[in-house]
Amino acid sequence: MSPTILLFLAQDGVMNGAVYALLGVTLVLVFTVTRVIFVAQGEFVAWGALTMAALENGALPGTAKLLVGLGLAAAAVDLLRARGRLPARRLALIAARDVVFPLALIGLTSWVAPQKPGMSVEIALTLALIVPMGPLVYRLAFQPLADASVLILFIAAIGVHLAMTGLGLAVFGAEGSRIAPMLEGVVPVGPIVVKMQSVAVLAVTGAVMASLFVFFERTLIGKALRATAVNRLGARLVGVRVDGTARTAFALAAGIGAVSGVLIGPLTTVAYDTGFLVGLKGFVAAIIAGLASYPLTALAALAIGLLESTSAFFASAFKEVIVFSIIIPFLLWRSYAAGAPADEEEE
Amino acid sequence: MRASPRLVGLVVIALMAVAPLLPFTPDFWVTLAGYIGLASLVAIGLVLLTGVGGMTSFGQAAFVGFGAYTTAVLTTTFGFSPWATLPVSLLTTGLVALAIGLVTVRLSGHFLPLGTIAWGISFFYLFGNLAVLGGYDGISGIPPIAIGPWALIDSRAVDYLIWLAVLIAVVLSDNLLDSRMGRAIRALRGGGAFAESFGVDTAQAKLVVFVYAGLLAGLSGWLYAHVQRSVSPSPFGLGAGIEYLIMAVLGGSGYVLGGVVGAAVVAVFNDQLQNWLPKLMEGGGNLDAIVFGILLIAALQLARSGLWPALRKLGPPAAPKAVDLTAPPLPKRPANAKGAPLLEVTGVSKRFGGLVAVNEVSFSVRGGEIVGLIGPNGAGKSTTFNLLTGVASASSGEIRFRGERIDRLPARKIAERGIARTFQHVRLVPGMTVLENVAIGAHLRARVGALSSLVRLDRAREAEIIAEAARQIERVGLAEHMHKAAGSLALGQARLAEIARALCLDPALLLLDEPAAGLRFAEKKELAALLDRLRAEGMSLLLVEHDMDFVMQLTDHIVVLDFGLKIAEGAPKAIAESPAVLEAYLGGVA
Repeated sequence: MSPTILLFLAQDGVMNGAVYALLGVTLVLVFTVTRVIFVAQGEFVAWGALTMAALENGALPGTAKLLVGLGLAAAAVDLLRARGRLPARRLALIAARDVVFPLALIGLTSWVAPQKPGMSVEIALTLALIVPMGPLVYRLAFQPLADASVLILFIAAIGVHLAMTGLGLAVFGAEGSRIAPMLEGVVPVGPIVVKMQSVAVLAVTGAVMASLFVFFERTLIGKALRATAVNRLGARLVGVRVDGTARTAFALAAGIGAVSGVLIGPLTTVAYDTGFLVGLKGFVAAIIAGLASYPLTALAALAIGLLESTSAFFASAFKEVIVFSIIIPFLLWRSYAAGAPADEEEE
Repeated sequence: MRASPRLVGLVVIALMAVAPLLPFTPDFWVTLAGYIGLASLVAIGLVLLTGVGGMTSFGQAAFVGFGAYTTAVLTTTFGFSPWATLPVSLLTTGLVALAIGLVTVRLSGHFLPLGTIAWGISFFYLFGNLAVLGGYDGISGIPPIAIGPWALIDSRAVDYLIWLAVLIAVVLSDNLLDSRMGRAIRALRGGGAFAESFGVDTAQAKLVVFVYAGLLAGLSGWLYAHVQRSVSPSPFGLGAGIEYLIMAVLGGSGYVLGGVVGAAVVAVFNDQLQNWLPKLMEGGGNLDAIVFGILLIAALQLARSGLWPALRKLGPPAAPKAVDLTAPPLPKRPANAKGAPLLEVTGVSKRFGGLVAVNEVSFSVRGGEIVGLIGPNGAGKSTTFNLLTGVASASSGEIRFRGERIDRLPARKIAERGIARTFQHVRLVPGMTVLENVAIGAHLRARVGALSSLVRLDRAREAEIIAEAARQIERVGLAEHMHKAAGSLALGQARLAEIARALCLDPALLLLDEPAAGLRFAEKKELAALLDRLRAEGMSLLLVEHDMDFVMQLTDHIVVLDFGLKIAEGAPKAIAESPAVLEAYLGGVA
């Protein structure tokens, strides 16, 4: 194998690895805060890319309608649960957040989109449409199950994955799309040329990671999230609203998912069902890092990206076998390192 | 699971088997019934593995694949007859399950389900990429199963066979759960480490249930290959594995029949959604995933423990397990010689990082005496118990039982030598009855394996175990609560149940961790009388207890710990007057 091929594979691997790292870190975040193994994370990736693609074409993206639908459903569930007896302030909050905001957004989008406002506005709109879906999905699917076992929450996450994939197919259709790159052109690196989009992927991934770090280390909400992750009951006792931190975690998950979609959109064709396998690989990275450490997850994700690109070159048929089997030795090592399990309290 | 609800379930299964007899049953219902039966086999295995044993598996579809591909290759390439491949299919699946199980069941906590996802995905791509298995196109032209000259090609004909297999699986699974090995499997949920203290080899119990679930999946695969007459990788991937798990959880993953109910509900739903949704809504071909996903979430939110437990409440309650007190008693070990040295603890320490929980502690227990181990909170009493019973291992020092070193032995080997214990935080399996919980204590006294319990060859020994459990429950005064779920007991009663379970081991040395906590005055007096009788029979007891009256009146000898150090030792009267003890408890006497 020539050094050129090696470099080429490395570029490919680092690129995919960066996106897996974003998704893996998000999975760790959501799991530690809410105990949900959020397999539907990949759907936000696809929705992000497809929303962006629709905006580029000057069309109203299907996610705008989905947001209105989700908001109405969440408001209806809140009203039903409270049997109509809600304090006025809460009622106003629900109306503003779950009904008025999505409707305003769909109005804004249908006015702005046909004017093709340019990439930065389109990215902002994409995020505005997808970020609120995170908390809404949590409210509808997981909040009523907040005290259930990890298994039940996982099965519910699979339900969410199925429903979201179906919804994606319904509003975006079966066809895939490719979006315009953030940065055009190429730069020469040694014997190969690197797409500027690849540089953009690395830069954005780095920026997201850095802001997550600042968020967790320097802000009160970030600290509340960490507290919930360490000990839910303890966090509650010192006044952290566990439902609130869960909503924040899901908002971050949706946001980072959408960003990942915008990043990979120009590199590969994204269809309504592309997200799942991408998400699963982020998941493999998260597992290797024991669903606990962010830096380890990012490292593992890079390693998986590299492993994937090299195995695609040498044994392409067995690429997925290799990528997914790599977990087993790590799981074993983690289990042994953890020592004999004490009696775990039944959840 | 037993008696009347079980009967109802068996009748339903029988109906499913007979339904195709009726000529007016539409064909697609017959096909659907066959599919439900095939899925039920896998879901029943998952109920035992996940719901009962606490090990979540997303990879069961891969075992179905091993069963199906084995027979597909053997019948098409090598011309075997389908019946001849049945044992080979089962053997292959069993060996693969054993190999995967040896690796997988050692995974702790969430790592185990994640591991099953990994091999669930890997095997799918492996099936699809091996040329000998026909790649992603798979293998077709598999012959149908034939009984004598009759080939079972018609779906009505093959339906009998499928549902006969389901019926057998239900009966075998119920038999397994209602046995010595079954109780060990049911104790696995939530970690099951306590069961090791009663001699249960939890790693073996996990492996047994893992292989059993794998075999049921393999049987389903064998049937599937001959019903479908062709195999390809897609029904054996992660998606199918997840669907089987959904069946088990929706149906009620704690109940064998929950697997059948779940398989039926999911199959009928999938089928009906595909039929009706396009008619209800234009272009609704993709709506079934949405509706299925939403219904799944709604079902979890409304009935978290599944449909079968909800259905079961409509029928009469299960009959209590029969107790035959005339069964011959289990073998007993010879009583301790009064006053002979039994347990010798010499200079034992336990360090957790920089913290010394137990520091150079020495004491001994003789035959037929009650020794009290007291001290303020955090003195190291429970840690000492854990060192004695092998739950934790000592950092240094020696523990000898009847002269033999036991400080390096695992918990179940120590239990084998006749040391039983209770736990400070009650460790009963909440969903099992008091009788079944206590019977775990007799695990080592009647060794009867999983295979004989499957076919009920264990009934004589089982009766002996249950009779012994009932006798010990009566002894601690819980006879009227025998058939209640352990989770419904008050704290004091649960502690008594733990004592009964420990007595079932027929111990030479009984370690009791705060037995009197949560008991009322009269109950404490009865407990003291019981412990006194046990001592008179030659049993030795080591007692951690905070109720000083209880300790002072009952014990022969007291060891006092404070911050991991032994600060005093002697007769109760001397201890009560010891200045060091008063200092530790009351912070000094001015």
